[in-house]
Amino acid sequence: MRITHIIAGLAMSVAVVGAAHARDQISIVGSSTVYPFATIVAEKFGQSSGFKTPVIESTGSGGGMKLFCAGVGLEHPDITNASRAMKSKEAKLCESNGVEFQEFIVGNDGLAFANANTAQKFEISIAHIAAALAAELPGGGVSNVSNMGANQLMTWDQVDEFVAMRGGAKVGLPNLPISVMVPPPTSGTRDATGSLFMKNGFKKLGIEGKGYKNLREDGLAIEMGENDALIVEKLVADPNMFGIFGFSFFDQNRDKVQASIVDGVELNFDNIASYEYPGARPLFFYVKKQHVGVVPGMKEFINEFVSEKAMGIDGYLFPAGLVPLSEEDFAKQAAARDSL
Amino acid sequence: MTNFAELSTEDRLKHLQGTLAKRHAKEKRLKTYGIIAITFAITFLVVLLTTVVSNGYTALQQTEMRLALDIPVEELVDENGTIDLKKSADFNWSGMLKKSLRKNFPEVKGMMDRRNLSDLLSANAGYELRQDLEKMGRIDRPSGYFWVKTSDDVDMLMKGRMSRDIPEDQRRLSNVQIGWVDQLVDQGAIRKVFNKSFFTKADSREPESAGILGAVVGSALALIVTVVFALPLAVMAAIYLEYFAKPGRVTDLIEVNINNLAAVPSIVFGLLGLAVFLGFFGMPRSAPLVGGMVLALMTLPTIIIATRASIRAVPSSIRDAALGIGASPMQAALDHVLPLAAPGILTGTIIGLAQALGETAPLIMIGMVAFIVDVPDGLTSPATALPVQIFIWSDSAERAFYERSSLAIVCLLLFLIVMNLTAVILRKKLERKW
Repeated sequence: MRITHIIAGLAMSVAVVGAAHARDQISIVGSSTVYPFATIVAEKFGQSSGFKTPVIESTGSGGGMKLFCAGVGLEHPDITNASRAMKSKEAKLCESNGVEFQEFIVGNDGLAFANANTAQKFEISIAHIAAALAAELPGGGVSNVSNMGANQLMTWDQVDEFVAMRGGAKVGLPNLPISVMVPPPTSGTRDATGSLFMKNGFKKLGIEGKGYKNLREDGLAIEMGENDALIVEKLVADPNMFGIFGFSFFDQNRDKVQASIVDGVELNFDNIASYEYPGARPLFFYVKKQHVGVVPGMKEFINEFVSEKAMGIDGYLFPAGLVPLSEEDFAKQAAARDSL
Repeated sequence: MTNFAELSTEDRLKHLQGTLAKRHAKEKRLKTYGIIAITFAITFLVVLLTTVVSNGYTALQQTEMRLALDIPVEELVDENGTIDLKKSADFNWSGMLKKSLRKNFPEVKGMMDRRNLSDLLSANAGYELRQDLEKMGRIDRPSGYFWVKTSDDVDMLMKGRMSRDIPEDQRRLSNVQIGWVDQLVDQGAIRKVFNKSFFTKADSREPESAGILGAVVGSALALIVTVVFALPLAVMAAIYLEYFAKPGRVTDLIEVNINNLAAVPSIVFGLLGLAVFLGFFGMPRSAPLVGGMVLALMTLPTIIIATRASIRAVPSSIRDAALGIGASPMQAALDHVLPLAAPGILTGTIIGLAQALGETAPLIMIGMVAFIVDVPDGLTSPATALPVQIFIWSDSAERAFYERSSLAIVCLLLFLIVMNLTAVILRKKLERKW
């Protein structure tokens, strides 16, 4: 008898929890690149505002969008971070689920193309990076014909040859095997790699079509999870390896890794802010408008995030590696913040 | 091949003596292989443990800095002398600490230098001082020396985890900053103390105030839910399958499936939890209740299998005797067999729980892999678990999190050892030989 009571009790508690669940803290999902900044803001917010500290999950930009656009209501997250802009497909998903959102740009970031400090520092162009990572190249990368074939470039000096063959300039790369760790497809950093390095690189190489979208799968471009610390460890262990990750991670690990000079531009704060660095990109977060005023502290959290004291040049996110927005860009974000 | 039966006794003996050396050699070789295998396993274990411990033991200490403070009490308290929370919230605590630090270095002028100097202090130092004082309720000692936490960079420098020899632009602290730290050391204004925060706080973005308490509580809550759900269900399922189910196709099918379920990758249970508990029942994300239920599903097969084994180990004469003197099948099972099988069930449960304690994969799906600053205070408040905390820290950019994740691994291992040890002791103590 007692056992049946226990079961009944359990079933009831499940039902009760399911029905009467109200959330009194903000729920944030999304990009692992924005995660370190969002968590800093969240902690400060929790300390100073009297509201509960927001809960932040690092799901990758794509995963975050999926959760964010799933619907309106407390079981869905309030904010999603993204290291790329929302895609039209995702905007449609949001729309079909009745989600109204507001986009904010947090600041700028630059894709580091980095290897271990102990290895040779590369001066490279995006054409080289694209040629090294593409799944298919004209003539496979080894003969000067125009039809595409599987990428057969195995070493960096072969990449150099290929780029010269396509009319680019040689940069003098060594005879070392290509081995690059790239982010997984759910990551916004992967999308940014595609649009900034691959797409523009293909343009420079004079290759038409959408071939830039596919990275090689013969083991030379290695897909890693969202764990950037692991990438740094692997770079240190293998001086022939390169990795692609966000600026803040590079900035924290300067004693272990170095960023290649891309298209003649160093990876640093100024070159990202001015967008001279070819891997510079904005970082975003998206706010669910219907949740503002419903979830306690939404408005206040956004005020904390979109402020000079957080995002600005003297702000507390700067030491963490966030490159501040230009004044006019910031003014736009502030206006969007005030209109919420 | 000699036919043994045809040989005379003498010849047989001769033959056996001839092969004896060979057989002995074979046995010796097998023994050697065994020893080599064990040595391998132990070497790897020792390497793993020494790396984790040597990386992590420094996190038991935290560097602190001595500051001479003069807290303006009248700005903070009400007429009774207790701290007014509103005034305290408005007060610039961290500014006060920075000002005091600057007094130690009067030669430091200029915006950039002053900021670099402030970077030696923990970003949370002001907040933690405020919390400490608010907890006490009143300020008994307004002026004098206070010890506050340094930033994680200074902490790393003092622990020798930041090399002074590498070029300045590759270091987190500049030469000037290291000079300041050395001056403070000379003044005796730097000390290393036991890292209390590590055991009394939840996650933080500042390594120096990050702790595992939130994760430990989250794990404990989830495991309680797991026991409450999994144990009764598993025991009932096992009793039914052993005593009441009619042998046949259906029972076989169930049995095969239970064994299969024990081998299903744990992420699948996470997906199931996402679809059923979050999607269908609408339960909250990141809650230990849901985490515990998912882990319960995962440990169910383990406990069922263990329970069935230990029920089967109880001699059937016990049950037969009970039935013989008129007990109903239910009475025989619950009152006679189950108590005798309890030690085995307990061990199975503990081993299942130890497995569940180390899981992260199923928790990713239901949102328990998250940055959570507050220690969970109930089954539905957001929480992480201990292995999740390790995962999050090991993915953080700050170097100081590296040693903290190692120490957290040591703590997790300790928990696992305690649980497995309990299982062994329980088995030894309660086991009955027939």
